[in-house]
Parts: sequence; structure tokens; C-alpha cells
Amino acid sequence: MDTHSLLFQALVYLAAAVIAAPLAKLSKLGSVLGYLIAGAAIGPFALNLVGDVADVSRFAEFGVVILLFLIGLEVRPALLWSMRATIFGLGGAQVAATALVLAGVAMLTGLAWQTAAAVGLVLAMSSTAIVLQTLDEKGLRQGPVGRAAFGVLLLQDLSVIPLFALLPLLATQAPTVVAGEGAHGGSLISDFPAWAKTLAVLAAVALVIGVGRYLTRPVFRYIAAARLREIFTASALLLVVGVAVLMQMVGLSPALGAFLAGVVLAESEFRRELETDIEPFRGLLLGLFFITVGAGVNFSLILAKPALLAAVVAGLVALKFLVMFALAKAFRAKTSTAAAVATALAQGGEFAFVLLNFTVGAGVIGAELADLLTAAVVVSMALTPLTMILYERLANLLDQNVPKAAIEDPVFEGGPPQVIVAGYGRFGQIVARLLTLNGHSAVVLDADIEQIDLVRRFGRPVYYGDATRLDLLRTAGAETAKMLIIALDDREKTVELAEKARQAFPNLTIIARAWDRRHAYDLLANGADEVERETFEGALAMGRKALVKLGFRRHRALRAADLFRRHDLRMFKALAPAYSETENYILASRDASRTMERLLTEDLARMRPGGEDWDEDLDEAERRAREQAGEPESAET
Amino acid sequence: MNANNATAETRVLLLLAHPALDRSRANRAMSHAAESTPGVQVRDLYELYPNFLIDVEDEQNLLKAHAVVVLQFPLYWYSVPALLKEWIDTVLRHGFAYGRGGDALKGKTFFVACSSGSPSADYQPGGNHHYSMQEFLRPLERTAALCGMHWEPPFVLHESRLRDAASLADAVDTYQATLARLAGAA
Repeated sequence: MDTHSLLFQALVYLAAAVIAAPLAKLSKLGSVLGYLIAGAAIGPFALNLVGDVADVSRFAEFGVVILLFLIGLEVRPALLWSMRATIFGLGGAQVAATALVLAGVAMLTGLAWQTAAAVGLVLAMSSTAIVLQTLDEKGLRQGPVGRAAFGVLLLQDLSVIPLFALLPLLATQAPTVVAGEGAHGGSLISDFPAWAKTLAVLAAVALVIGVGRYLTRPVFRYIAAARLREIFTASALLLVVGVAVLMQMVGLSPALGAFLAGVVLAESEFRRELETDIEPFRGLLLGLFFITVGAGVNFSLILAKPALLAAVVAGLVALKFLVMFALAKAFRAKTSTAAAVATALAQGGEFAFVLLNFTVGAGVIGAELADLLTAAVVVSMALTPLTMILYERLANLLDQNVPKAAIEDPVFEGGPPQVIVAGYGRFGQIVARLLTLNGHSAVVLDADIEQIDLVRRFGRPVYYGDATRLDLLRTAGAETAKMLIIALDDREKTVELAEKARQAFPNLTIIARAWDRRHAYDLLANGADEVERETFEGALAMGRKALVKLGFRRHRALRAADLFRRHDLRMFKALAPAYSETENYILASRDASRTMERLLTEDLARMRPGGEDWDEDLDEAERRAREQAGEPESAET
Repeated sequence: MNANNATAETRVLLLLAHPALDRSRANRAMSHAAESTPGVQVRDLYELYPNFLIDVEDEQNLLKAHAVVVLQFPLYWYSVPALLKEWIDTVLRHGFAYGRGGDALKGKTFFVACSSGSPSADYQPGGNHHYSMQEFLRPLERTAALCGMHWEPPFVLHESRLRDAASLADAVDTYQATLARLAGAA
């Protein structure tokens, strides 16, 4: 069978992805690792089912472009501006410091300073695709970890451009390829003078912004009006591909261009359409990309020089981690955040492959060294999901309270809020909406990023964060707010939050969602002012519906449910003091259930047809007795 | 509020029925005055029973514990607001307030205090409302009679929205004086 036929190749890649990714994801390793392993399995050093992966790899790199386009879509220009310190400060510092340190170490191994500098610069890059995908899966993308990592990655992508100009200057041997060409992809303007190049770049950027802002709208409208869904998808892809080609023509990174286009379109009404249409391509192409990375691992080199490679990988990861960690701390990140960012960014990136090829061509780095470094970068990329898991385990061990998704303080818009709602699931939503509709807008915190994404799409201000963190509550305005509504669906966290908030913010009225009676007492004992058992009202309403379907008139069913509520709440209050002593509680509740029984019986007597309050259907004997006594039958006068 | 702390110290039980007390002018002023009058216990019915589910037992115990029953309300469609009517319907039961064995209220004083948007001149033959306020309050008067209660001449605050502050304050003072008298009468 021709293993090079397109269909067979597709079969291999798809099968590898379909088998490996869910397995890896379900075993909590993350899909990235699954793809990498799948790639290694089908690669030339194992099953050898695919031939040269270079072509596929170039195709798959487009996944990174789409990834950045989608990221751009989520980044409003204002947000980008607010991140400038992270991007240029932290990002710039990371590239410079990492390059310096790595170059220094490289020189110690006996490399010429030029080569060492090139190695440092090339290896300073991290893998946008792996990092963002991994953070996404762990729900860390929106937090401080995600933001810091994203800022650094963005600057790395930016700095690739000047690197192409800079690296040839470090040549120690005669270049084999003309500088500015080669792996960088033929730029149309490489023969232009510098000023014309600059002009072309500026023109290209202006073109992207102009087209994005003014032309896409009517075009998308026109296509949307034609109701050709696949053409909308095609045009979205066309847009991304077009930007990528344009950027390549002027020598910019296609990924960067796509990001720019995304930012331009972030406020367009077609944003959601674009996202939805392009999302599957991103996932598939990124998967493909990771597979090709896995397939590209040079196992013969690993087997030939395992110790050397291990040393290079360990050195690379350790140094990148240390530099990033130190910088993040210097930029005032919390230790846990800094460690997470540093762990995430400790690998070499996909740009390293391109740059290594380029530097070999430019005579900066020898082919043998480049091979070693390529292998080291691939291994370090493959290790990233594992080191992230390792980091999480360690972090959890060190601090049980560190939320899985550690996050930084969100920026709260608007004036100081009066109400903070913790938890915006099925429960909190209703509470918050009722308040908002009645003029009390609430700051809402939720730790489920998917939930937030969903709700934010409807323009509601929901912020990402674990509300059990006091600093986050403080930022949310807990010191001046009137009320904290705890609508979490985690029992322990609810009690924990009530307790913490009561101590830290005595001003707050705390209303908490309770799981059941016992939980409700727990909450009241630990600082909640009011509790609501989460299923109580719903169950009552359902019982009422049942009564109606059983033939009760609606008003009678309503009153029956209302009476039930009253008695239940009374019992709840009456039993609260006894709750602390369990034995008493059981005694008291036995007593209470007898009382309840009595009360319900009485209610029934009162409301039974023929009862005095409700109508005059008295039985004959009663009627006669009253007539003899000369009494009116009822209050009707 | 629990019926058990229906204290012996208060003689007057005032049942306040206003569905939007927060937006009321006259009734809010009146209820503030009532609350600050010693011997008067104010029961804000719309706050106590937002879903109209009146606790009959509580209400009856309170009635038993007081010598004077006051109904304070804005006049809605020549009658009491819906919740107060519900209170009358459910609390003043046969066998409690009237009928065989229904003598719990016998001998108590019944005092109606209401606000009206119109000037008093409207409440007379030939006026906007054609009949006197006395006529419109007949049902309550008969209710008191059926329960064997003494009918205290009603207090009516006319032009509840049009009055200036001074005149409103005057009227409220008069109201408070009446309450104080009822609360003090041994």
C-alpha cells in the first residue's frame, strides 16, 4: 500500500489523534501530551507510518496562526493596551534575560560568543501552541498565569521579526543561504532598501487594520445574507489565510498578523460567528501540529547521546524556569503565579525550529549543534504537559488552598458594588438577575471559565475567580459592599467562605445557598445571616403543581404549599439552638415532626371543603344547629 | 413576631395595611407616630404576610391580648386594601369573633384610621363621591358591632398627597393623641 497517499496519511493522523487525545485527556495528562505521544508512535522511529513530516508540519503550523487569530478575537484593543506592561516589560525582560543566561551557559561549554548568543536568543522562545493549549485545558488562560504567559509569548512572537535581521550578523561561517531568505519563507521585499521594507510593513499592518475595520463588515453581511454557512466559514478562513500570506510577504510572522486581525475584529458583531466557525480548524490543526512535533523527535539522537541530550534539556528547562520565575517575582506576581508561569514557559518553542534552520543556513550555528538543539526543544515541548502536572501536584501539596486555577485580581468596572454574588451557576444566575432587574447590579464571581465565557457573551459582568480568596473579595469591593451572596455548589467552600467573609468583612450581610437543613445550620453557625436551602422552594413549587394536577384548585394548592413552607421554616428556626448537640437535635426533631404532623392535620381541617373559612358547604347537622342558635352561617354579610 | 411576646404592656394593637409603605406619605408618617406612642403595638401586615398567608393563630392570640384594635390603611376603592380584607376574613372567625362561642373580642374598642386622597368635601351628598365617609365605613362599623366591639369614631386623613408638610404634621399629631388616649385609658 502506498503509505504516501493523501487518504492513507489522513487515516493515520486522524486515527492517532482520535485514539490518543481522548485517552490522554481522560487520564488527566492533557490532550497535548496525547498528540505528542501519538506523533511519536506513528513517527519514523516507531511505527513509521508517515513519511516526511515536514510538509504536514508546515501545514499544521497554520494551526498556531489560527490559534493566535482566535486569541486576538478575545482581546479587545483596550485589554491589549492594559497589558502593555506585561507584554513589553515582562516579555521583553524574559527574552533578554533568558537569552543572556542561556548564551552565558553556552559560552561556558566552549561555543564562540556569536554562536552562543544565537543559541540563547533562539532558545528563549517558548511554544505558544503548547502553552496556550495546556493553560486552556487547565482553565488557567484567563487568570494571571494565563495573562502573564500570554504577554510573554506575544512579545516572543514579536521579537522573531528582528531576530531574522539580527541573527545573520552573528555568522561565524560563510552563509549557505542568503540571509533573510531560507526557512523564513520568501519575502517579496527582501531586496528592498530598509526604508521601503519599513514602509511595506507599516502599509501591511495598516491594510489589515483598515480591511478588518471597514471591509469585513459589509462583506460578512453580504455573505450572511446569502445564508451560505460554509461560505461564511470559507471567508473566515480566507481572511486568516490572507492575513498570513500578506504578513509573510512583508516578512512578518503570520501568527502575529493573524493576532492583529483578531484584535481588529474583536469588537465586530461577527466575532462569535468567526470564533465558532474557525474553532474546529484550530483544534484539528493544533493537534496535527503537536503530532508532527511528536513525530519529529529524533529518537536515534536520543539513543546515541542520551546523557548529553538529557543535560541540555534539563539545563534549558531549569534555566528558563529560573529566569522566568525571578522576573515574574520582580514584576510582583505571587509566588504561586510566578511558579506556574515559569513552569508553563520553560520549554523551547516552535519558532526555534524555524530559527535554527535559518541560523544553520546563515552560518551561525553548526548543523550538528542545531540537530541537538532541535531534539532538545522537541523533548522540552513534550515534557511541558508533564511538568505542568508535576507543578500542580506540588502546588497542591504545598498549599491546599491554592485554587487549581490561580488567578489575579480582575479589573472591576463601574462604581463600588453593593452586592457580590459568588457563584454564577444555575443558582446564582437567578439571584443576580433578579437583583439586576431591580436596580442592584451585582459583581459576580465564578470559578468556572466556561460558564463565564458563556455568560459574558450575553454581556453580563462576570469575573473569573475563586471567591473563597479574601484578596479577590476585597478587590471585588467587599469592604464597602452591603451584601455577599454565596451561591456556590460546593458545600465545604460555602461554609469556608461564609466563615472567612464574616471575620474579614463584618459589614457584609451574608446570604448563603444551603445544601440541606444540616448545611443550613452549619452556615448560620459560621457567619451567614440568611440561608436558603437550594431545593426547598423548587420542591414546594413542584408539590403545588402536583396538587393542582390532582384536582386541587390553584389557590388551595398555593395555600397548602405556603402553609407547608411556614411550618417548615418555623421548625427550622425552633431547632437551630438544639442543633449543636446532636442527641438533642434528634430528640427535638422527633418532637418537631410530631408538631408538624399536628399542624398539617389542623391545616387540612381548616381548609377541607366544608371547613368554615372557605365556603358554606356545611353539613346538614351543623347547619341546623346554627339555625337553631340563630347564628349567621358565615362572615358573609 | 411571635404571639408569645404580645406583651401585656401594650393595650393597643394596630394593624397597618399598606402595600407600598415605602412610597406612602401619610401612612408612613402615621405609622411612625403610632410606633413612637407608648402602649401601641404596630403590626405591618404587608411586611408580615407578603404572600397573604396570615397566621390566624398568632393574630387571634394578639387580639385576645389587647383591649383596643386599630386598623390603619389607605382607602382603596372605598374599602380596605386586599390584605386587610384577607385578615378580616381569616382572623375574625366564626366561633372566635362572632357566632356561637365567638366572644373573644367582646367589649374591646375598634378604631379605624384611614387616609384618603380626596378632600373631605368630596365625601358628601353632591360631592365627587356622593356619600359621606361614614357611609363608606359602614361595613367596618358593622364588623365591630357583630363582634361586640365598641366603635370609636374613625380618624380620616384627607388629601393625603396634597397636604403640605405642616398640615400633615398637624393631622398626625391629632392621630397620635387619639392613640395615646386609647392606649392610656384604663
